[in-house]
Amino acid sequence: MLAMGVIEILFFLFSAVMVAAATMVITVRNPVYAALFLVLTFFSAAALWMLLEAEFLAIILVLVYVGAVMVLFLFVVMMLDINLTPLKEGFTRYLPVGLLVALAMLAELVLVLWSRGKLGPEDYPLPTPREQGYSNTQAVGEWLYTNYLWPFEIAGIVLLVAIVVAIMLTLRKRPESKHQNPAQQVKVRRSERVRLVKMPAEGGE
Amino acid sequence: MSLKTILILIPLLPLIGAVIAGFFRNRIGRAGAHWVTILGVAASCVLSGYVLKGHIDGSIGTINETIYTWGVSGGIHFQVGFLVDHLTSLMMVVVTFVSLMVHIYTIGYMHDDPGYQRFFSYIALFTFSMLMLVMSNNFMQLFFGWEAVGLVSYLLIGFWFKKESAIFANLKAFLVNRVGDFGFLLGIAAVLVTFGSLDYGTVFAAAPDKAADTISIFGGAEWSMMTFICVCLFIGAMGKSAQAPLHVWLPDSMEGPTPISALIHAATMVTAGIFMVARMSPLFELSDAALSFVMVIGAVTAFFMGLIGIVQNDIKRVVAYSTLSQLGYMTVALGVSAYSAAIFHLMTHAFFKALLFLGAGSVIIALHHQQDMREMGGLRKWMPVTWITAWIGTLALIGFPFFSGFYSKDAIIEAVHESSRFGSGFAYWAVVLGVFVTALYSFRLLYLSFHGKPRMDAHTRGHLHESPLVVTVPLILLAIPSVAIGYFTIEPMLFGGWLDGAIHVAEKNDVLAALGHHFHGATGMATHAVQTLPFWLMVAGFAVATLVYLFRPQIADRVRQMVPGIYRLLDNKYYFDQFNQKFFASGAVRIGQQLWNKADAGLIDGGLVNGSAKAIGWLSGIVRKVQSGYLYHYAFAMIIGLIGILGVWVVMR
Amino acid sequence: MLSLAHFLTLGAILLCLGVAGIFLNRKNVIILLMAIELMLLSVNMNFVAFSRFLDNLDGQVFVFFILTVAAAEAAIGLAILVALFRNRQTINVAELDELGEGEA
Repeated sequence: MLAMGVIEILFFLFSAVMVAAATMVITVRNPVYAALFLVLTFFSAAALWMLLEAEFLAIILVLVYVGAVMVLFLFVVMMLDINLTPLKEGFTRYLPVGLLVALAMLAELVLVLWSRGKLGPEDYPLPTPREQGYSNTQAVGEWLYTNYLWPFEIAGIVLLVAIVVAIMLTLRKRPESKHQNPAQQVKVRRSERVRLVKMPAEGGE
Repeated sequence: MSLKTILILIPLLPLIGAVIAGFFRNRIGRAGAHWVTILGVAASCVLSGYVLKGHIDGSIGTINETIYTWGVSGGIHFQVGFLVDHLTSLMMVVVTFVSLMVHIYTIGYMHDDPGYQRFFSYIALFTFSMLMLVMSNNFMQLFFGWEAVGLVSYLLIGFWFKKESAIFANLKAFLVNRVGDFGFLLGIAAVLVTFGSLDYGTVFAAAPDKAADTISIFGGAEWSMMTFICVCLFIGAMGKSAQAPLHVWLPDSMEGPTPISALIHAATMVTAGIFMVARMSPLFELSDAALSFVMVIGAVTAFFMGLIGIVQNDIKRVVAYSTLSQLGYMTVALGVSAYSAAIFHLMTHAFFKALLFLGAGSVIIALHHQQDMREMGGLRKWMPVTWITAWIGTLALIGFPFFSGFYSKDAIIEAVHESSRFGSGFAYWAVVLGVFVTALYSFRLLYLSFHGKPRMDAHTRGHLHESPLVVTVPLILLAIPSVAIGYFTIEPMLFGGWLDGAIHVAEKNDVLAALGHHFHGATGMATHAVQTLPFWLMVAGFAVATLVYLFRPQIADRVRQMVPGIYRLLDNKYYFDQFNQKFFASGAVRIGQQLWNKADAGLIDGGLVNGSAKAIGWLSGIVRKVQSGYLYHYAFAMIIGLIGILGVWVVMR
Repeated sequence: MLSLAHFLTLGAILLCLGVAGIFLNRKNVIILLMAIELMLLSVNMNFVAFSRFLDNLDGQVFVFFILTVAAAEAAIGLAILVALFRNRQTINVAELDELGEGEA
């Protein structure tokens, strides 16, 4: 499909974009920008997954994640009237610690990856591209509906529960809003509506 | 009755009396208490006399018997046993006789005291303890008796426990004696280490072989083991027999009732140290250094404590300082290896000093517990018996020829003169000048209280009368040996070898043997005395006292004004009390406070008790911070843990 | 020449950025959630890379499930956030300390 050199160029390009976008996500002050940079990160990731011939997941990532989850993020961020000033406090103060921890972790991970040569750049080279008629979506689908049928169903239930929970958490009664309750309207009795009062007539002594 | 039974009964009868008088005091009443104790002590006295008589006529030999083994530890047997030789039987008779006199006297002296039965219980208990001490055949029992008499002394000095000064005095006596007892205990421990036994016989038999032993104390210095043992034992004697600088408790012990001053603090207990050193003569003979030490301490005490007696105004305190001085004489005698002379003086002193104390007590009763001699005077008109017996006691004390004190004191002075031990020159002059001092303060006491113009107030004078029979009879009974005992016993005791079995004197040290060559009978010694220095010093002391206190009282004031420094020094007893108070007492208080503040409150309470709680609290405070409730703290902890585990994996992989 | 190590390193970098994000934005719950998304993405990246290089589809199926759970998590997390903001008028994590000493 693509020439070898092009793949490398694309990989490094999208990688660079991805890392840069991810960095922006954790550094920008405004959550809206952060969400947008996260979208960019996901797009880059989707592109990289394309390079890995995982087209189905790349599309899903864009459609579901960018289209639904990230929109939800933006929706919430914009809906809530968040005072951002206190949230910005302490950024510089935590910067050294954060960097230190992150770098320590990265150092360890890289050490694991690159140290003994087992996973060096020469090992596990990119496999040869698949032949023309191969469908990643079909393969994943077959795999999913055969070997992973029950986990797949459970994933559906998880999503259902997540929907119910999200509604439960955000639903609330608003005492100040005016609304009718038909059940109560139907149930009402005469005595609750009209009261006959006897009283002496006025005047005329 | 077998001899063994008699020996057991001698200390046990007073103990039984003490227990009955002490525990059943309300049941038996006042009369019951004095009867039971007096009968016990009297029986004990008679039995002691029987043993002594047996020794004199030779029907009883030296008895060394173990009665009971109460403990065995590491091969060492702790036993109750009796060693009754001539020395012991002599001490037994002296102790029980003086004790009996004091018991009888107490009936009169303590007549109105609410603690009557308690008092009898104590003095009977004392008699038991003292008998156990002198009859012991091993160091452990000696120590038991030693501490028991110390305990009774403590109880009796503080007998009037509502009196602030009495409580102070008994505490002081107890503490000062602890210093001495510490040395004594070290000495006993050293004996145990060296000889592996606490039995007198074993130790004394082995002593010559160990003479060359050395012990290394304070780093490299090598000490003769014998010197170490003897000095330690003598430190114990210094405490009990009130030798400088551990004498400070004895004058204060006069806070106790007078019969006690007579019995414990003059006649018997304070001589325990003298007795002990004499008993240990086989050890002391092996160490010239220790004997020199003993002699110098004794000489210092004999002379300088006598000086204080001159300026005291309390009648009992004068006698107390006199006691210190006389104990000094005995110690000097020990120091020159004249153990027999020391024991001889101990015996005569027991009689005449008890007499003097009881006489002083008689005066005190008559004057309704007034002890200040400046408030007395002219008492001979009202109290002839007390007056005459006091004269006898005084003459015996100053060493007037033919009186008992003369023989014993002169023997000591001559023995010191004869000795060539290091320091004996100093000791000689101390004891010789001591004679002058003794005469001076003794006659001062006599004149101030019995002669001159009456100085007490009119009310007291109106009630003056001679003391009752229970008081005067013991005085008379004590006056007889005070006069005569020296004359009759000097020859057998000092030169006749009466104590040979009990006391060991090395050939080269035997000063008494040298004296024996010049000895031509007691009468000859007395007539010869007129030509000697001590006699004339005594006469000089008498003359000065007569002049100053009988005819020209203003001289005393003038002398006082001429040498205010010396007067102040003496009046303050060389500032020993102040020194002890300042350095030891307040030092101990400060140490105690430091320990209380730092160790107890600080370390134990603060550090260990509250500290552990605080440490837990502090730790919890820190751990609680971890549980801050902030999500990012938990996240942080998780990530740190993750990094840690990853790190371990990286390293271990 | 691309290799598995390249992708794994990329995932590691992404994970570390997520961790750093948690530290840097400890006050803002929304960005915290985004940082968690970053970390999940790094895991997904690894799965996909392994799946391709080892020629095994299980990895991709796992990513699929992770996406599902992540979506559910995001939904619930944001719902909690909304409820929280309604009650407290803030999303400042520093003020969410009821688990602590209870002085709020």
